[in-house]
Amino acid sequence: MNYKTLGKFLTYKFIRLVILIIAVSIISFLLIDLSPIDPVRAYIGEMAVSAEQIAKLQAYWGVNEPLISKITNWVGNILQGDLGTSLIYRTPVVDVISERFTASLTLMFTSWVISGVLGFTLGTLAGMYRGTWIDKTVKGYCYILLAAPTFWIALLFLMVFSVYLGWFPTGLGVPVGKLAADVTIWEWLVRLILPAITLSLLGVAQIAMFTRDKLINVLSSDFVVFAKSRGESGWNLIKRHGIRNILLPAITLQFLSFSELFGGAVLVEQVFSYPGIGQAAVAAGLKSDVPLLLGIVLFSTIFVFCGNAIADLIYKFVDPRIKEGESYEQ
Amino acid sequence: MQEKLLEVSNISISFLQYSAGLRQSNLKVISDLTLDISSGEIVAVLGSSGSGKSLLAHSILGILPSNASLSGKMTYLGKDLNQKRKEKIRGDEIALIPQSVNYLDPLMKVSNQVIGECENEEDKKSKLLKQREIFEKYGLSKEVDDMYPFQLSGGMARRVLVSTALISNPKLVIADEPTPGLDEKSVEETLNHLRQMAQDNVGVLLITHDIDAALSVADKIAIFYAGYVIEIANVEDFSGNGENLIHPYTKALYNALPQTDFKLTTGHQPLHGELPPGCPYFERCDNPTEKCSNNLPILTEISDKKVRCYRANEFKNNNVAIKEESSDELHHTDEIGSFEELNYSEKLDYIEEKDSSKEAGV
Amino acid sequence: MNSEKYKRFAFKKMNLRTKTLLIISLTALLLLAIVINSFFIDTSSITTNFPLRNMGPSLEHLFGTDWMGRDMFTRTMKGLGLSIQVGAFASIISTIIAVVLGLLSSMNKYIDLFVNWLIDLFSSIPHLLLIILISICLGGGAFGVIVGVGLTHWTSLARVLRAEIKQINTSEYVKLSKNLGKSKLWIARKHLLPLILTQIVIGTILIFPHAIMHEASVTFLGFGLSPHEPAIGVILSESMKYLATGSWWLAFFPGLSLLIIVLLFDLIGDNLQKILDPTNAHE
Repeated sequence: MNYKTLGKFLTYKFIRLVILIIAVSIISFLLIDLSPIDPVRAYIGEMAVSAEQIAKLQAYWGVNEPLISKITNWVGNILQGDLGTSLIYRTPVVDVISERFTASLTLMFTSWVISGVLGFTLGTLAGMYRGTWIDKTVKGYCYILLAAPTFWIALLFLMVFSVYLGWFPTGLGVPVGKLAADVTIWEWLVRLILPAITLSLLGVAQIAMFTRDKLINVLSSDFVVFAKSRGESGWNLIKRHGIRNILLPAITLQFLSFSELFGGAVLVEQVFSYPGIGQAAVAAGLKSDVPLLLGIVLFSTIFVFCGNAIADLIYKFVDPRIKEGESYEQ
Repeated sequence: MQEKLLEVSNISISFLQYSAGLRQSNLKVISDLTLDISSGEIVAVLGSSGSGKSLLAHSILGILPSNASLSGKMTYLGKDLNQKRKEKIRGDEIALIPQSVNYLDPLMKVSNQVIGECENEEDKKSKLLKQREIFEKYGLSKEVDDMYPFQLSGGMARRVLVSTALISNPKLVIADEPTPGLDEKSVEETLNHLRQMAQDNVGVLLITHDIDAALSVADKIAIFYAGYVIEIANVEDFSGNGENLIHPYTKALYNALPQTDFKLTTGHQPLHGELPPGCPYFERCDNPTEKCSNNLPILTEISDKKVRCYRANEFKNNNVAIKEESSDELHHTDEIGSFEELNYSEKLDYIEEKDSSKEAGV
Repeated sequence: MNSEKYKRFAFKKMNLRTKTLLIISLTALLLLAIVINSFFIDTSSITTNFPLRNMGPSLEHLFGTDWMGRDMFTRTMKGLGLSIQVGAFASIISTIIAVVLGLLSSMNKYIDLFVNWLIDLFSSIPHLLLIILISICLGGGAFGVIVGVGLTHWTSLARVLRAEIKQINTSEYVKLSKNLGKSKLWIARKHLLPLILTQIVIGTILIFPHAIMHEASVTFLGFGLSPHEPAIGVILSESMKYLATGSWWLAFFPGLSLLIIVLLFDLIGDNLQKILDPTNAHE
């Protein structure tokens, strides 16, 4: 691989990320500034707070200053890594996010892998047996799952597996009265299973449909027709020419789905009370915890950006046509 | 020693298509096609580009698209060639040389594609050796082995495609448009490969729109017109003034060549789906009969060739001359494909232009 | 192929285009009926009626009743009508933004770069969070959700239009018109608009299901329509409190109805695409 091109690519992506962070900070700050919420008053609430603390808060938010300097003040804070203090948790936003994000990443990663593998397999089967009952079942499943509201599926699962069958507790957070650190792996796993399955079932639909259509496309291409004319057939043909040509686009698509994955996680965590970043975001929004909400917006943006950048990277550096093509041009 | 390899009789291929609005219609692309090939023989099917000749190749190999329907009979080595048998012998006894690099998997290295699917490691090793041998013969260096199809030049791609057919020692090779887009030297080289195969007692079916290529390598030439084979002539008949050719279209075609009279005929081939009820050449024929307009002539044997024309016997004996035309329209006729490659409206424009220039000339 | 077998079934005998048209008109009619119906629903059946509390589905109350004795079927129908209306407004906003940005990007290189960046920016923030932010900014309620959903769903259509316009602009006939001295406006009206109109129609309909779903999600989380509105999101978030009591019908039927509505829109969009987009012809 050409390390120089890779370095250039990464530098370019990094610059774009910085610009993106600044732009997102400005936009989200503006939106909050326009809203009826006052971050200082929301933080103080009904507490008794010393005049000193109020002054500190006002300085952080740039109260009584013109909008422009408020924004520059805020963006400056962020670039220095100071995201403020969470209203709900009364700890620095960075700490809340890092703890919550770890929990969410476990959930998202698990379902991302499951949905990817399952979706690709189902899509390949459907494409291979186009028009048969296998294809129709997979297609029907995908259509319904794509149209199903995430939180409704989560509700149904909760009803069936927790309420009716009693396999899982209804509140899936950490058991009450236990410190997060004391939770055993087993208890934690039990709480992960249902949300992860819900989230993966929804992810399956998109990747399966994509894989199916792509495989059908490839199977009707000239080079597969030629391979058939040379006596190749069945699973070997699919393996040699089909999978080879659809695996990369499918992986790329899976990386491009981080935005939907995150949205799905927010809803699923809310229904299952899973202590992740999504649940924190909803709580922050409902309770006007401005610094936490803005912090989560920023982190989720970086998360989605990374997915897109990896997809780009795969496209540019793994596909031999693009990879070699570029070096040939120079 | 010659043995009959493939006999194709009365093959028709049609497609189900939407014509206008909600109506579906059957589009006939190949009608009532008959021909045969023996080992060591090169038979060319000559027709204009985009006329559906390639479908003949696909039908022999059983790889027609699913919305195509095929009727007629094929035999291979005297036994019925049905879909099951096609699937069994394709790539083994019958090999295809496809028309473009698009027929290679874009993500697979060339050497792996040429050897195709292997049963085991040993099989793979021996095939790789053979592939190297063939590449050596065709002047493809060792670097080519590890290239991807998009890295091949036009000439290299053609040689790679020819190699794919040789790896399995086929008895019959179908070459689908092997010459377009190549420079003169590469064309000659490709045709030499085909000649070499015929010398090795392989039967070659050459599907082409390049009349020069067909005349230079083929033993027999089947002329394809509007989905019909209208004449199957021996290559020796294309000589002199074409007096041994029978069908008026074949004669016109021959006389349009630069090295002969360079004469141009008027009109265009009927498009698919607009076939007349009678002889497909009726509109353009200079000596049609009443019968020709409503009844389709069948391909009949006359001495050692086959012709689809009611007046074949007269034409054969009397050699009715074709109408002559002014010679200032020569520039349109370098190859028969050129006119049919135009789209419909362009064709109309072209015909009008011809008509007006004729008037001006007179 | 096997025509004998199909002769008995009139529907199967139809070719794909006739079938597609039939599906489109039937679904469109059904959706329209739901919206119109929701305006004229008799509100007496959704007033509190304690004797009829927490009843399971029956012939009289198809979807059962809730803890205040309200008929769930009526509430759901009302909610669906609301969802479709919100979806319609949001889709229209999205389409307008997409068309304006798509056309702007064809003006010059710098605007095009900016539009491209804007598309990237909006697709980088998870939609759900952005809708929540916008909704909070506008003080919640129907207005907040509509604008929030509208402002986030234009990216895919804008991308399609941008590519389409670029392709048309480099085509031979547009070049010819330019050489003939036609104005940009003339070219836009005569060549661009008719061609991108199909994309716009399909695009708008394909935005619809996403818009409805996101509205319901945001409302479910508590940021969208107010708890007093009979929205599907509100109904489902209320039902969560009664899950443990086994009142499964409170969540099951309203969600299923939403799923069916979204499915119907997907169906219209896909089928319309089949007819209008020539790449899918001849099956």
